[in-house]
Amino acid sequence: MKERTVQLEVLRYNPDTDTEAHFQRYEVVCQEEWVVLDALNKVKADIDPTLNYRWSCHMAVCGSCGMMINGEPKLSCHAFLRDYEGVIRVEPLTHFPVERDLVTAPDDFMEKLKRVKPYVIGKMKPIEEGEHRQTPAQLMKFRQYSMCINCMLCYAACPEYGLTPHFVGPAALTLAHRYNLDSRDEGRKERMEVVATKEGVWECTFVGACSEVCPAHVDPASALQQLKIVGSIDWIVEHLLPGGKS
Amino acid sequence: MSRRPLIREVPPTSWFFRHPRYLRYMAREITCIFVGAYCVLLVVALQRLAAGPEAWAGFLQGLRSADSIVFHLLALAAALYHAGTWFNATQKAMPLQVGENFVPGNVISGAHYVVWVVLSLAILFFAGVF
Repeated sequence: MKERTVQLEVLRYNPDTDTEAHFQRYEVVCQEEWVVLDALNKVKADIDPTLNYRWSCHMAVCGSCGMMINGEPKLSCHAFLRDYEGVIRVEPLTHFPVERDLVTAPDDFMEKLKRVKPYVIGKMKPIEEGEHRQTPAQLMKFRQYSMCINCMLCYAACPEYGLTPHFVGPAALTLAHRYNLDSRDEGRKERMEVVATKEGVWECTFVGACSEVCPAHVDPASALQQLKIVGSIDWIVEHLLPGGKS
Repeated sequence: MSRRPLIREVPPTSWFFRHPRYLRYMAREITCIFVGAYCVLLVVALQRLAAGPEAWAGFLQGLRSADSIVFHLLALAAALYHAGTWFNATQKAMPLQVGENFVPGNVISGAHYVVWVVLSLAILFFAGVF
């Protein structure tokens, strides 16, 4: 196996001693086919055990190892060293508070995820009455949007979220759309109270960066544009058609 | 061990220099200025038309100036770019499911381009260009 010496420039921040973050350079002997996460693991094992970062599955499934790699939100387990030349700059996901080194605080995303009620709401029948069946066509309607791994890369890519942190954001809104599209679900009205608001989809200006960086090809930007149409139709029905509320 | 997260602020006026995709987005947004300015020009044209033949002739004369031609070329380029981004977005906003599968996105965007061309030709036809 071919070896290669890689220069990593990693953002360090220790809340106990630092007031500012700073970059630290590591020279790491790597295998050619490694990913950035492998290089970080090598640093932690052999060079600097104080380096902090999150990871778990090493196969782009768990969504834990999101970082900025040369300014791009990436899963570090999915960022192959062969795709990079020169110094590789590794930073924590932007737009999130930095807890320590590459570890960010996901609290805001978790709170927003909860707010959109990302679960089937409906009159579920007792389990002894059998399963809730769905046709392949009904499944395909939302399948793409159910592939989200909650890695938060879309939040790091979204300038709107960076500038106006109250924005519910791409992943949470996409999951709202996923459940709205589910034939077993009856919770659309509840979700739209959060979704069809200024803080919801109307904060989105369709930069499209969320879809460009999504490692699971969920295409959150498409979900948000569809939600805007749904929200607009709801508003027209409610306010302009006879029999509407006001 | 204390919890003291570091907040890294987003520069409010220069964030779009951080990545080429943000510059592309800003380019799309800036085209609106030209589209808006052209709409204002159309309103002025109506006002000049209502003011009488002399005012209208003066307005038409103004359109022939070099500045006006440059503005029209810029506004045309901006409008074409803006329309392109809009039609490319339709496949995201209006997916069409037939049976189990979705119609390919480029078919949806392509259909919009076709309708655009047909309507443009119809308008030119009624305007007496052909």
